[in-house]
Amino acid sequence: MAPGLYVHVPFCRSKCPYCGFYSLPSAAPIPVWLEGIKKEILLYKGRFGRFDTLYLGGGTPTFLEDATLSGLIEHISTHFDFTADTEFTIEANPCDLSREKIRLLKDLGINRVNVGIQSFDDRSLAFLGRRHTAAEAEDALRRLRRAGFDNVGADLIYGLPGQTLEGWKGELNQTVSFCPEHISCYELTLEKGTVFGRLQEKGEIRGLGEEEGRNFFLTASQILSAAGYIHYEVSNYARTEAFFSRHNAKYWDRSPYLGLGPSAHSFDGKDRWWNVRSIRGYGAMLSSGQAPVEGRETLTEEQARLEVLALGFRTRRGVALKAVASGYQSCPALSRLEADGLVTILDGRVIPTEEGLLLADHFPVYFS
Amino acid sequence: MDHIRNFSIIAHIDHGKSTLADRLIQATGLVDERGFRDQILDNMDIERERGITIKSQAITLPYVDKQGRSFELNLIDTPGHVDFSYEVSRALASCEGVLLLVDAAQGVEAQTVANAYAAMEHDLEIIPVINKIDLPSADIERVKEEIEIELGLDSDQAILCSAKEGTGIKDVLEAVVTLIPPPSGPVEKPLQALIFDAHYDPFRGTIVSCRLFSGSVRAGDRIRLMHNQATYKVEEVGLFRLDREPKKALSAGEVGYIISGIKTVSDVRIGDTITLESDPAPAPLPGFKEVKPVVFASIYPIASDDYRALADALEKYKLNDAALVFQKDSSAALGLGFRCGFLGLLHLEIVQERLEREYDQSLIMTSPTVQYQFLLSNGEEITVDNPVYYPDPATIVKAMEPFIRASIMIPERYMGAVMDLCLERRGVNAQFNYPTPGRIEIRFDMPLAEVIYDFYDSLKTVTQGYGSFDYELLDYRESDLVKLDILLNGEKVDALSQIVFRDSARPRALNACEKLKDEIPRHMFKIAIQGAIGGTIIARSTISPFRKDVTAKCYGGDITRKRKLLEKQKKGKKRMKMVGSVAIPQSAFVAVLKTEKKGS
Repeated sequence: MAPGLYVHVPFCRSKCPYCGFYSLPSAAPIPVWLEGIKKEILLYKGRFGRFDTLYLGGGTPTFLEDATLSGLIEHISTHFDFTADTEFTIEANPCDLSREKIRLLKDLGINRVNVGIQSFDDRSLAFLGRRHTAAEAEDALRRLRRAGFDNVGADLIYGLPGQTLEGWKGELNQTVSFCPEHISCYELTLEKGTVFGRLQEKGEIRGLGEEEGRNFFLTASQILSAAGYIHYEVSNYARTEAFFSRHNAKYWDRSPYLGLGPSAHSFDGKDRWWNVRSIRGYGAMLSSGQAPVEGRETLTEEQARLEVLALGFRTRRGVALKAVASGYQSCPALSRLEADGLVTILDGRVIPTEEGLLLADHFPVYFS
Repeated sequence: MDHIRNFSIIAHIDHGKSTLADRLIQATGLVDERGFRDQILDNMDIERERGITIKSQAITLPYVDKQGRSFELNLIDTPGHVDFSYEVSRALASCEGVLLLVDAAQGVEAQTVANAYAAMEHDLEIIPVINKIDLPSADIERVKEEIEIELGLDSDQAILCSAKEGTGIKDVLEAVVTLIPPPSGPVEKPLQALIFDAHYDPFRGTIVSCRLFSGSVRAGDRIRLMHNQATYKVEEVGLFRLDREPKKALSAGEVGYIISGIKTVSDVRIGDTITLESDPAPAPLPGFKEVKPVVFASIYPIASDDYRALADALEKYKLNDAALVFQKDSSAALGLGFRCGFLGLLHLEIVQERLEREYDQSLIMTSPTVQYQFLLSNGEEITVDNPVYYPDPATIVKAMEPFIRASIMIPERYMGAVMDLCLERRGVNAQFNYPTPGRIEIRFDMPLAEVIYDFYDSLKTVTQGYGSFDYELLDYRESDLVKLDILLNGEKVDALSQIVFRDSARPRALNACEKLKDEIPRHMFKIAIQGAIGGTIIARSTISPFRKDVTAKCYGGDITRKRKLLEKQKKGKKRMKMVGSVAIPQSAFVAVLKTEKKGS
């Protein structure tokens, strides 16, 4: 399978209180970062073959100045090979999506825009620390369509304090009304080390309970399925198979990918490695000619199998039967889950049902 | 030998033995301020964590008395809990005298009496020491009266001290050298050394703790273990300071250690006599009264491949805990393991914990049981200490279970609560003594099985910690018994079966179902827990399945983070026993016998 290329853009106008990704609320270090990226590109030149995806993630890639963004893309396309049908995604913040910016994205050959809408409720947006309003998000979606983008993704977050199931349904319906090709619905995760994580420790906010979480999850699944979307991964929906995120799918089916930038992760089919988190460290290592790698591991067979189970059971592709059990007839553990309606077995694959996706974190340990 | 004193501190649990030992060690300057830590003789983590002494520990203290004479004081610290009385009796066999420690507020309690009598049986000099006199609730006069009346000792001799504050410590040391006689034992006679303890050291092999009653031994000597005539060359002898301190020779009267490259662990038996090959003693020393286990349970390795390692660990462990007995066992649910006999529930817990910590074993221990006797219709009489071998009910003519005589000492105000508890636990033949005003001793005949069923904790609860308890085995009495089975998702788990009194079967079954519900984690599917007698279900509970457990986001390409989390869970699962597709944690097997609510 062709490899994917990821570039981490660790800058934002401001830090969102729920976000655990590495990102700085400042434009000042951008030159250091860009210098680094350019050097890192040269380090890996020729080592990964021809890519069929390019994903600019963050952070907020649309925060970059036009010239920086163009320079970056130019450098990438000079030194790396891409297939003709490459899926080229950028993560975008609605308030960055001016008509001019959108035109630039189009000109740069970006063919998929994933918009961080998060919510269509202004109070929720304020709570999430987002700088845009629901109206701005709607405008951004319309502008993308007008500019001819035919592969647009919308990210939503649910499970916010005070959010009702009715409210969630409303937001889903509103999202559907824009007919995005792709929708991601993430339950709000209160992560250690974030502002929300600290508020949770103090008992000031809490996440959804098990039953609530289920209801929100199943509601999304019902509404989006009724609207014709395919629930192809725990948090991801697409209008047709052609609109499945080709790049994210590489993470889930263990295809190779190269991640550039601070804190980015890479996998070459055998080894996993990850870059240092701080821009300063990243820049310094590259300046001295070193790969900015913080850690590396070679997977044992057992670890690889655990990953196959952990990732596969999060998707509707499921896991090959032979990876789950050597002989189905003699695997009561599997028949038990089938009887309970958590999986179906189809064409030599074990596929999680909706109920199964709700328990995806349990399968890997259950089968080891 | 006039300069040697061998003595123990004996007391009821929590009366301050280890603290007094700490003060004596400090007062004799064996350890400086910096090197000191509390409970200094309790080497095991488990002792320090629980604040109790499990193993007797010997240490030699240098001491110069008021008249300027130098002494070697061999102090043997002893455990206080009733389960470890055998440790006390072994320590006593190596002593000429004891400090009998009594808490100035609590007074004489069940174990004080039991330990004092044990010392009297050994004909030891007993020095009463009243500790914790600094407590506001200390009542020295009452405690003196109890010492006179309940123990028949001269309370005028009693030394007042506060080990915590360090007062009266000098008086205690002076009493040890003036009141306790020096050991007598002819150095010129053939060697007789009593093995009172041993442990396995991975570098030095077996290290034997012994008391020399006659003769002497030095490095290079060839010694003989009298029970099996095995001979070994002595590599090193010495005294117990804070660490082992090598010495040229050990002589009659002394307490020390011998290292002699003993590789066959089972050669060493606690209570055996060591003599010299060249000049053997005509007969061994009397040794110790053999201890009989009263509580039985099976242990299994969590991974069946570890059976060999467990067998090896048990052999080595037994060196240091002579009271443990074991033999091979197998279970349909849990595979190959060992059936073990213990002196009581605390002993059982300690064995499990020490095997895990000191020998790195991952174990499942089944719920403990006593030894039952059955008369069958074919005239055969059988003894059963494992529910798996419970006979076909149709063939049972008569069932018998062991009874104990329980002695419970409490302040009078708890009498009602304790009576209720004892009656509920099938206590009969109650007797009451009033040793001193305000205190009462209640004696009951009671099935031993009821004691195993969390009696000690229940007693502590109803008496707010003021009740003390001791027991002795009486006899076997006829009883009406049934076997209670536990089924998980319809599958019988033999290791969870119990033999119970018929009238208690339902409440026991309900308790077991509830306890298992608390202990077994939720799974991806529903787990039905049932208690059954024969084919009849008498109790049930259900563990509802997980309804949702999935992280929203697999963090970008950071699969490593996700996998590491799963690897941790996988490791956790490896510490559970799979029965069918249900993973049962270790704790569940013993929890079925606990009555208290989780977290209280």
